[in-house]
Amino acid sequence: MADTTAHLEAHATGHDAASHHTPTGWRRWVYSTNHKDIGLMYLYFAIFTGIIGGLLSGVMRMELQEPGIQIFHGLAAMVYGVEGDAALDAGKHMYNVFTTAHALIMVFFVVMPATMGGFANYFAPLMIGAPDTAFPRINNIAFWLLPPAFILLLMSLFFEGTGPGAMGFGGGWTIYPPLSTTGHPGPAMDFAILSLHVAGVSSILGSINLITTIFNMRAPGMTLHKMPLFAWSVLVTAFLLLLALPVLAGAITMLLTDRNFGTAFFKPAEGGDPILFQHLFWFFGHPEVYIMILPGFGIISHIVSTFSRKPIFGYMAMAYAMVAIGFVGFVVWAHHMYTTGLSLDVQRYFVAATMVIAVPTGVKIFSWIATMWGGSISFKSPMLWAIGFIFLFTVGGVTGVVLANAGADRALHDTYYVVAHFHYVLSLGAVFSIFAGWYYWYPKMFGYMYNETLAKAHFWIMFVGVNLIFFPQHFLGLAGMPRRYIDYPDAFGFFNRISSIGYYITFVAMAIFFYATWEAFKKKRPAGDNPWGDGATTLEWTLSSPPPFHQFTTLPRIESTNAH
Amino acid sequence: MALAPVLAAAQEEAGSTAGHPLPGQFHLQRSVTPIMDSITAFHDGILMWSISLIVALVLGLLVWIMIRYNAKRNPVPAAFTHNTLVEIAWTVLPIVVLIVIAIPSFGVLSDQLTTPDGERKYLGSNIFSFGEVEVPAPELTIKATGQQWYWDYEYVDQGLALTSIMMDEPTRTAAKPNQPRLLAVDNELVVPVDTTVRVQVTADPMGVIHAFAVPSFGIKIDAVPGRLNETWFNARETGIFYGQCSELCGKDHAFMPIAVRVVTKDEFTAYLAAFEGGDYAAANATLAAVQ
Repeated sequence: MADTTAHLEAHATGHDAASHHTPTGWRRWVYSTNHKDIGLMYLYFAIFTGIIGGLLSGVMRMELQEPGIQIFHGLAAMVYGVEGDAALDAGKHMYNVFTTAHALIMVFFVVMPATMGGFANYFAPLMIGAPDTAFPRINNIAFWLLPPAFILLLMSLFFEGTGPGAMGFGGGWTIYPPLSTTGHPGPAMDFAILSLHVAGVSSILGSINLITTIFNMRAPGMTLHKMPLFAWSVLVTAFLLLLALPVLAGAITMLLTDRNFGTAFFKPAEGGDPILFQHLFWFFGHPEVYIMILPGFGIISHIVSTFSRKPIFGYMAMAYAMVAIGFVGFVVWAHHMYTTGLSLDVQRYFVAATMVIAVPTGVKIFSWIATMWGGSISFKSPMLWAIGFIFLFTVGGVTGVVLANAGADRALHDTYYVVAHFHYVLSLGAVFSIFAGWYYWYPKMFGYMYNETLAKAHFWIMFVGVNLIFFPQHFLGLAGMPRRYIDYPDAFGFFNRISSIGYYITFVAMAIFFYATWEAFKKKRPAGDNPWGDGATTLEWTLSSPPPFHQFTTLPRIESTNAH
Repeated sequence: MALAPVLAAAQEEAGSTAGHPLPGQFHLQRSVTPIMDSITAFHDGILMWSISLIVALVLGLLVWIMIRYNAKRNPVPAAFTHNTLVEIAWTVLPIVVLIVIAIPSFGVLSDQLTTPDGERKYLGSNIFSFGEVEVPAPELTIKATGQQWYWDYEYVDQGLALTSIMMDEPTRTAAKPNQPRLLAVDNELVVPVDTTVRVQVTADPMGVIHAFAVPSFGIKIDAVPGRLNETWFNARETGIFYGQCSELCGKDHAFMPIAVRVVTKDEFTAYLAAFEGGDYAAANATLAAVQ
């Protein structure tokens, strides 16, 4: 007995001292069960995929810079070795493949991995005072499912889509049948479906992990109503993922069986209905857009509070506004389908329900402003990105109110007005919140300080660039230019040219971003535990920068006075 | 942006009869139907004003905060976190704004989806009215079928059909040089002016989804295989009004325009009479050639 006890003690001590060593080399990353390492891998992954998604849009903007087809027939000739009219046809298809791939990559492989993968994994446990997530191994597999999913999507680009010489799936990220079934008989679409399945499994696993972590692993004294707003945003988003993605999985499984196993869910000739797919897709798709933006809401709240040196205004309203947005987000899906032939009563309902979303969204915007009101604001780069976010998200939000009205949407549906709207909320909203979070937490994640001037240059140039890309697209949409067009009547030339110039400016901004990141790693300016001062009150700032491999070996205790 | 209607009026002088977008156009296309009148009044009026004012308000507040509450001017931050009155105000006021938007919104929508019966009055430009524009019941039914990648049209009651395909550039510059590139077609769909036209829209049963849209008429409706959607228009001006396929349908999605030629009632009668035998070319020859 004595021996056993001694052995157990030795083992226990040995365990504490020895097996908490930091794994090194490839094992640290591939086998990682550490939420911070996995979070970083998600961020690196999102940066990598973001480069590809961004370059795809660059080729599209170059094509659209002038009326006529200038780029894609040559690109198709180069890639597929076809000539003449065949190259032109292949090029037109290739353009559709590019729009599709750009959207799928940005949605599933850039924004979601960056927010719900990267920042949520890294900072939600830190903010709630947890040593790690609840299911570290699930966390590992959730991340490692993403690269294969992305590879499947890339592979789909090189398999036959509509027919010989037309590679890849070019039916849009909405993958509506029959264009995604009989319209694309080749295997490219099957690869895309498989990719979405795998990415979906990854997201569902990740959200289960985050929900469990947030419900069960908050530090003593941290009730839900004391939890930082970023953790709230992650909690709401994880529920949206958990409820929405299975519906997508079901819909694309039905597509798969329609394509390959003779079912007829969406085939009108055999009693199916293509509109059924649109209902299923948007039942997922509308919550999906909130999945992309809600974590950004959380990030912005912390930055606004930190740099105003003032607590969040209306904490409870901010938290429950996100819950309300998430809830209402599930009952507005058919506002994407006003032109499909829905009855008058159905359209009336979806108009009313959609407009309701403006109310909690307004509460958030005004509460951010009230948080800054009376504050002592320092305009460090994260704050610039946050203020930029608030303004741009407002612009994208009000055009959403326009589009919510089915009567007005009749003129704007499927035009560039819609493209402008959703890029203002996603490309400018979600992406600005990601950059805000990047510059806010960069010193915490890496322990170094970036060059503030470079970060500010990145912001200002990008702010000008993206507005130049997307603001003129409102005009194009009002004038009637439809989406997903490789070529357009000459009258649309002027604003398309401005839009393309905006892309090049944004490209310069991104080059500065990469340079600033490289420069910070090279110069290794130590950041200190809390570079932002007394405005930064959440728990991650009580740790070293970067935090230890395992944090909170003694759980922090949240005092009842430590409210928001 | 709130000035859009004013600027729009200025820009329209240049091409007052155009049924297609003009170079650098930044506003809705010119309306020739009561439905597009109400969409234009709704968008350029209350929607444009409310969204512009909201954006201006948010921008103004942000600028004021940046000037007044920066760390230099306000070194000691306040500590308040609640103000019940303000919070109620910014919840209730947006609801009021939304209700004011919703009232004309439902009217505009109901007009679009209600085929005239000759009795019902339509809003037209006065979207805050109870309807003051008379619209006759439909006298003509057209069926538009989306194909990859062109449109088939049918005069349903007459049993006459035509196919409308976009002109390639050499053909257009030779035959219809004054019509816009990518919009000019070989065969326009001909309809009479001041007549309510019912439009049934579908797609090839074995094909894919398209969407039939004519901006100047304020109509846009999906052409779905296996479904027969319906919309209507009543154009008050003659001329050619162009639209473009508005649902991604494959490689030539950008190259299947919609061209509706509105002619006088007399011209249309002659056109239909010449079409009786099914000869579109002969029928078209009764009309002045499209340049």
